Amino acid sequence: MVDQAALENDQPLLVATSISKSFGRIAACRDVSFALYPGEVLAIVGESGSGKSTLLQLLSGQLAASAGHVSYRMRDGVARDLASLGEAERRFLYRTDWGFVHQDPAQGLRMAVSAGANVGERLMAVGWNHYGRIRETASDWLTRVEIDTARIDDAPRTYSGGMRQRLQIARNLVTEPRLVFMDEPTGGLDVSVQARLLDLLRSLVAELQLAVIIVTHDLAVARLLSHRVMVMKGGRVIETGLTDQVLDDPREPYTQLLVSSILPP
Amino acid sequence: MTAMIDVANAKKTFTMHLQGGIELPVVSGVTFQVNPGECVVLSGPSGAGKSSILKMIFGNYRCDSGRIGIRHRGALIDLASAEPRQVLNVRRSTIGYVSQFLRAVPRVATIDVVAEPLIVNGMSRTEAQARAGELLHRLNIPERLWQLPPATFSGGEQQRVNIARGFISDLPILLLDEPTASLDAANRAVVVELVSEKKRQGTAMVAIVHDDEIRHLIADRIVDVTSFAAAA
Repeated sequence: MVDQAALENDQPLLVATSISKSFGRIAACRDVSFALYPGEVLAIVGESGSGKSTLLQLLSGQLAASAGHVSYRMRDGVARDLASLGEAERRFLYRTDWGFVHQDPAQGLRMAVSAGANVGERLMAVGWNHYGRIRETASDWLTRVEIDTARIDDAPRTYSGGMRQRLQIARNLVTEPRLVFMDEPTGGLDVSVQARLLDLLRSLVAELQLAVIIVTHDLAVARLLSHRVMVMKGGRVIETGLTDQVLDDPREPYTQLLVSSILPP
Repeated sequence: MTAMIDVANAKKTFTMHLQGGIELPVVSGVTFQVNPGECVVLSGPSGAGKSSILKMIFGNYRCDSGRIGIRHRGALIDLASAEPRQVLNVRRSTIGYVSQFLRAVPRVATIDVVAEPLIVNGMSRTEAQARAGELLHRLNIPERLWQLPPATFSGGEQQRVNIARGFISDLPILLLDEPTASLDAANRAVVVELVSEKKRQGTAMVAIVHDDEIRHLIADRIVDVTSFAAAA
């Protein structure tokens, strides 16, 4: 008997084909190609200005590529070019099937409305209308991201940085997306708060079998969370492979420099 | 008999770009096979490339050339040229690796660190934890420590947690990098016992052990790594 789920997992979820982006004379991203499979965590690493955040915006359809294209396999199993999606399909991706975790939680949250409403809003956007159920689900999710449910009616501007980031994660995951983009999700947090957040992300990603594309300049984050890495420099992918392979046996001069620059713990 | 591991002419060189591009030859012409139920011990002085060979078999180090043949779900797959996804699949269901040091994840309880490989392969948490508990018992880790993360444990305790995590699955291949290095006599004896049980189950093993007595007890065959010394 053919295992249908296994067969499904053998099809890439997202495929980037030779995508490039220029801002005037500056080439921010040059000729990037790769395939991401369901449940796979891909880290994009490199220093500031290497083009990793631009690449994330191209992949998530927030920026249009100058050349090349990105395709995504929708829930009906058919892969479609992001540039040619209709408005309804695009809305479905942003509100349901994708998540986007920003470095600054204020970009991904509504700071003046309650935590419960921040999580519930994504559910209402996909048609949930039973207040009791929305509140119950929101409260479940606060617990899962280790926020005291007594704070459900407080606005995130009264939260600490770590709590805001966890709330942003709950807001993104409540609709059970298949793919989550993360831009330096632990940047700007204290080291102890970072460790807790990483551990939480690691277990949620495994439990929900999420596919993730995470941009980070922190190789320790890449090691802990990702299966695969792409190292970027000057807008190009210069090295790619299994995370432990690239970090333990780096090949390119620039990757060796990055790895050797980590301070021993 | 069909070999579980079939390494042929594998070669590894490090190019140190930050040191003016000097080349460090590690090993070349690495060729040996390991059959089910057999424990092959790699021997040779420090720096001869024993750990590097283990890492090449695990897909952690890349090969410059040659083949790392692994029997995975009945078919032979070459890890030296496999896609990252395939390597991960092979690690999930075919190759286990007990490294020299435990890479502990902050905040995860010892019992869960040990149970994780079973849960990843679909066993229920309760059952996996029960198996983890049995193994931790055998390796003399007191029950009061099981709910604590291993990061604060002594070196020997961490190594035993690492061994428990490595031995808990019934994977057909197991790589052991100095599993008894920081253990006392009683715990070394437990490891020897665990290795013999794995042999009876048909597990193919490659080990590095410096202790002559342990090597004598577990080795079915010794592969001398100095014969793979790369010409400098």
